[in-house]
Amino acid sequence: MLDIEIDGKQLQVADGSTVMEAATQVGAYVPHFCYHKKLSIAANCRMCLVQVEKAPKPLPACATPVTNGMKVWTHSEQAVKAQKGVMEFLLINHPLDCPICDQGGECQLQDLSVGYGGAQSRYEEEKRVVSNKDLGPLVSTDMTRCINCTRCVRFTSEIAGLMELGQAFRGEHAEIMPFVEKTVDTELSGNIIDLCPVGALTSKPFRFAARAWEMSRRKSVSPHDSLGSNLVVQVKHDTVKRVLPLENEEVNECWLSDKDRFSYEALNGPDRLTAPMVKQGGTWIETDWSTALEYVANGLKGVVAEHGADAIGALASPHSTVEELFLTQALVRGLGSGNVDFRLRQIDFSLDGKMAGAPWLGMPVADIGRLDRLLIVGSFFRKDHPLIAQRVRQAVKRGLKVSAVNPAFDDWQLPVANALCASPSGIPGALAAILKAVVEDKGTQTSPEFVDVIGGVVVDETARAIAGSLASGRRVAIWLGNFAVQHAQAGQIHRIAQEISRVTGGSFGVIGEAANSVGGYLAGAVPFGKISGRNASEMTSSALKAYLLVNVEPEFDCAAGASAAGIIGKADMVAVFSAFKSESALGFADVLLPVSPFTEAPGTFVNCEGRAQSFYPVVKCLGDSRPAWKVLKVLGEMLGLNELTIDSIEDVRKQIFGKEFVVDSSKLDNSVLSEIVVLGSVGAGLQRIADVPIYFADSIVRRAPSLQATRDSSEPAARMSRTTLASLGVEAGQKVRVSTGSGQAIVLATEDEGVAEGCVRLAGAHSLTAPLGALYGEVSVERL
Amino acid sequence: MGALRIAQEEKGWLANETIEFVAKYLGMPAIAVYEVASFYNMYDLAPVGAKKIAVCTNLPCALSGGVHAAEYIKKKLGIDFNETTADGRFTLKEGECMGACGDAPVLLVNNHQMCSWMTEEKIDQLLADLKK
Amino acid sequence: MTVQGIILSDLDGDRTWRLADYVKRGGYEALKKIIAEKIPADQIIGEVKKSALRGRGGAGFPTGLKWSFMPRAFPGAKYLACNSDEGEPGTFKDRDILRYNPHTVIEGMIIAGYAMGCERGYNYIHGEIFEVYERFEEALQEARDAGLLGQGILGSDFSFELYAHHGYGAYICGEETALLESIEGKKGQPRFKPPFPASFGLYGKPTTINNTETFASIPFIIREGGDAFLALGKPNNGGTKLFSVSGHVNKPGNYEIPLGTPFSTLLEMAGGMRAGRKLKAVIPGGSSAPVLPGSVMMDCTMDYDSISKAGSMLGSGAVIVMDETTCMVKALERLSYFYFEESCGQCTPCREGTGWLYRVVHRIENGLGRPDDLDLLNSVTANIMGRTICALGDAASMPVQSFVKHFGDEFAFHIEHKKCLVPKDVQHEGSKIYVA
Repeated sequence: MLDIEIDGKQLQVADGSTVMEAATQVGAYVPHFCYHKKLSIAANCRMCLVQVEKAPKPLPACATPVTNGMKVWTHSEQAVKAQKGVMEFLLINHPLDCPICDQGGECQLQDLSVGYGGAQSRYEEEKRVVSNKDLGPLVSTDMTRCINCTRCVRFTSEIAGLMELGQAFRGEHAEIMPFVEKTVDTELSGNIIDLCPVGALTSKPFRFAARAWEMSRRKSVSPHDSLGSNLVVQVKHDTVKRVLPLENEEVNECWLSDKDRFSYEALNGPDRLTAPMVKQGGTWIETDWSTALEYVANGLKGVVAEHGADAIGALASPHSTVEELFLTQALVRGLGSGNVDFRLRQIDFSLDGKMAGAPWLGMPVADIGRLDRLLIVGSFFRKDHPLIAQRVRQAVKRGLKVSAVNPAFDDWQLPVANALCASPSGIPGALAAILKAVVEDKGTQTSPEFVDVIGGVVVDETARAIAGSLASGRRVAIWLGNFAVQHAQAGQIHRIAQEISRVTGGSFGVIGEAANSVGGYLAGAVPFGKISGRNASEMTSSALKAYLLVNVEPEFDCAAGASAAGIIGKADMVAVFSAFKSESALGFADVLLPVSPFTEAPGTFVNCEGRAQSFYPVVKCLGDSRPAWKVLKVLGEMLGLNELTIDSIEDVRKQIFGKEFVVDSSKLDNSVLSEIVVLGSVGAGLQRIADVPIYFADSIVRRAPSLQATRDSSEPAARMSRTTLASLGVEAGQKVRVSTGSGQAIVLATEDEGVAEGCVRLAGAHSLTAPLGALYGEVSVERL
Repeated sequence: MGALRIAQEEKGWLANETIEFVAKYLGMPAIAVYEVASFYNMYDLAPVGAKKIAVCTNLPCALSGGVHAAEYIKKKLGIDFNETTADGRFTLKEGECMGACGDAPVLLVNNHQMCSWMTEEKIDQLLADLKK
Repeated sequence: MTVQGIILSDLDGDRTWRLADYVKRGGYEALKKIIAEKIPADQIIGEVKKSALRGRGGAGFPTGLKWSFMPRAFPGAKYLACNSDEGEPGTFKDRDILRYNPHTVIEGMIIAGYAMGCERGYNYIHGEIFEVYERFEEALQEARDAGLLGQGILGSDFSFELYAHHGYGAYICGEETALLESIEGKKGQPRFKPPFPASFGLYGKPTTINNTETFASIPFIIREGGDAFLALGKPNNGGTKLFSVSGHVNKPGNYEIPLGTPFSTLLEMAGGMRAGRKLKAVIPGGSSAPVLPGSVMMDCTMDYDSISKAGSMLGSGAVIVMDETTCMVKALERLSYFYFEESCGQCTPCREGTGWLYRVVHRIENGLGRPDDLDLLNSVTANIMGRTICALGDAASMPVQSFVKHFGDEFAFHIEHKKCLVPKDVQHEGSKIYVA
């Protein structure tokens, strides 16, 4: 510890602290622009100059290390003179166009110029003009306002992992730019808007929509990925105008992914369903809630009477709230059916009823930074989990070694020490090889049920390298990604990966696809437990008589794609609870119930680490839409179900979490009851690998226009390795027809050396590929 | 830096495609290479004539005729600084200190060939030689 | 060049740079002595300290002291860098050293590498003197072929690799941390210090950076002893020094003289004032050093202490001589333009301030000056100085302050009369093409 005196206040700080950190600790505000606690130190803005005893010149607080006995004055005459001098320099070439600048009212330069700027400029020469840059559909630029603090440059290279911005030219001509005609494509790009201390980088979707001081700030939680980023939703006239990060060091730190930040555009979009609708004689009519709900209640009663309760099923999106998921299953079970599921893209349910608890990450998110070895299995990691990937990226700088087993690799913008590329059906075998190598490495044995699995496998070099890496770690984790969970042998993958973690003494976890991938289990929205029934796969492969779809768009959200929608459409009654209208639902549904999205309803998401985060509505419900939990409650009452007679959302939460409203950690458990594991055969034909593109993953992002205009939303292509292309007689850039038993899609073929041999990577959850049905399995590709 | 220098020697100037090629070759982000190419002023980001002549006009050279030499070349070639002759043979640049102030006036041809003590006669001779 | 010199003495221009000639002049004897006698590193550093050799790049920091900052027991690589990025207007000594006596720099660097335990060195050469870079590469190859450089030097277990690196047109790379960035292949933006290069330098490893002339002095110090070197100059100002004389003199060029030699002697050596005109002003240490009136200079001796006492700096030893035909506003305008052009753009005061300074001086020169412009110049320079990451901010400010201080009348005349005190045709005559 070091002693330091700042503005007369004594304190102790840790070795290696900077004066800025010490000042923050003691509550002394040192003006600054380029300094940011999460970025490397640049010391270029010079605004944080402070007086230090014995130093002849003022020193930058951000970059000056504390020495024992140091005395610092942050607001002495010398310090303020220096700060004012710097402020004058910053302003001479700044356009001072605050009245037309979106940053106005929340601008660091504006705020500090009040304290340190002059009333009149002494600079009477011509000001500098810098041309604007096209950074893509999300970030708007006014580069003349730029003060060259380089926060955005440092963000892209240090946090996002790829330097997409730089400071080109020099001296007064220096300007921040992407490489000529390139846009900033990182899935974290919106953070540069927050980082920019002036109005050079502002939000394009928000441009000129409101002034900072006109909006109220309300807390919320992101409904997208399994991290549950904390949000500040900014609202004006009961409309969401903008979404910003709410800093939570244990969850999203001070960042947001673009998906979390810009998806709000969909909430005000033309697709919103604002009144209950019923299909009568083939035409849709708007109606009132009681009519619509009566229709549903009667429909359900009729089906139960005629076909039995087992003919009813419910599918709910994992992006629904825990309360919605709980009430959905309560309603179905109240009617006597166990047909309820929220794991829509899963196809292997062999572990149902055999798992000790809900699958989860197996560790706190905040501990990711302390890992030294990590194995990721079956994941489009960076795009599926932007901020978890960011944490891993930072951990790599501290020595974490990442290995991965995947059927297709993207650039994760972090070094992957060992990458094992195997076809989908080859993945269990690849894991078995790693298990075998780990056992040999450690000189131990597997549990008896794995003896057969490792018996026949051949250990290749990469598997051995991964084993060696894991075996040499002290804080090891093995994670299953979305691809692994959605795999046809997901159960096998889970068990073998878990056995590797047991042998290496590491933690084991599932990263989770959606906001409530853990919460859905805790809510019991699964077809096992009290009353068991059909799983999502079964419900979408042969038709039931009545379906309740809660926030589900089956053609995009279900593993079987368009064919799932087809099956559902065969039912006598389909009631859709949704915030949005869609062509497809208008086709297969009988009733459309407008339910509120997360900004208009209360709810809870349980994130991948088992953290329950509740939130309250930030705006009024749009039109006649109502929170789904209330709709389910009323429907339950109409059906005479006692389980659904509740007074408040808190009542629902109590039923799920108990009085204390905490997640019972014993309910989070990835372990599986023992059973012999046998490897399946490796597929011979051309296998499909389907990722779910980042901005197609749920019904909200699908409708956010700006996100839909990004590069990540470009049309899916059939991506294959050079050899695979050659074996099919196809050249990159040609159009091909991809076909399965259920349908076909015409797409471009592209070369991608990251894809396993004999495989074609073709994204799912997209209208172009929905006809293909299954995300996984054999496909054929022919040149057009 | 060496890679960009070699690329420029080969291509004459650094087009965006050339920078992107160098970036790919070195496994660096293109903007990082562009930062370097735009920072050092001996890299040309726009096409230049077959012979690029830079004249030092900084103070020590100016005191011994640097400015005069530049004016003379301008007149001879009929171009101003940062211009290229119509036949594409010559581009004239105003150079900063080349570290040869004792040899003023100093010219640098195509970045690498330094010409010292450039009187009007020697400039005539040089231009004639370069035209060959 | 004078016989008193130790770096450029007894040289015959282009013909004697080769290894064989260097060896004939006693070259590599110092290195051979060290290897043969297994002289301990401490003793070498002690000898350098004794010589009172001060860094020849501009700051004049005692070299021996700098060498002793290198961590001894540091595990892993340590680097050595030679700063031959000579781009300060007025300075052109390193070019001649590398042209005429490259091996003395190579030998100096090998010895430095030995003394500080560095296995690898780089010589960063100003991009504009590309031919010199190519020659240095040749000289390196000669040394390697002779077993003087590389693995197991002269059969010992000491190894040292040395590489040449060229700049490509950026004055700022002469700043030592910018130079390191540039060697790493990045744009040359100076680093904030601390950490200093001795603990976090090239590729994050301990690094010592010295000027070309500093390294070139080392072989003599080791061969003849630190005391012999010190005796050449005066106390605290050991040795001889190269002075690059440019401007209005009859024989511009490099002159190697003992520190402490009177300025008048140096001026005489440089052939005296051109056309017998009157000395007006001298910038004694490169363009960044404050200008001094001719009369003040005539009383100075050429060493760190004397020039510093007179209110300027010996800097790199670049002496820019201006006679009575010089317009001081125009001279400053050109220098200010240089700093404006060469600012790296990283930190605010320099990026914004150098442009401001240039524009104001430019305005004054063009008859658009205002009465309070001189106060403005002083105030802006005060706001730049001491507030930037590197010394370029100070370097841009010192000429402005000193020109205004010593030649304020001339500036005031410009502002008041919208024209120059020195008639244009006189200026023109004074600075036309002049070749001795």
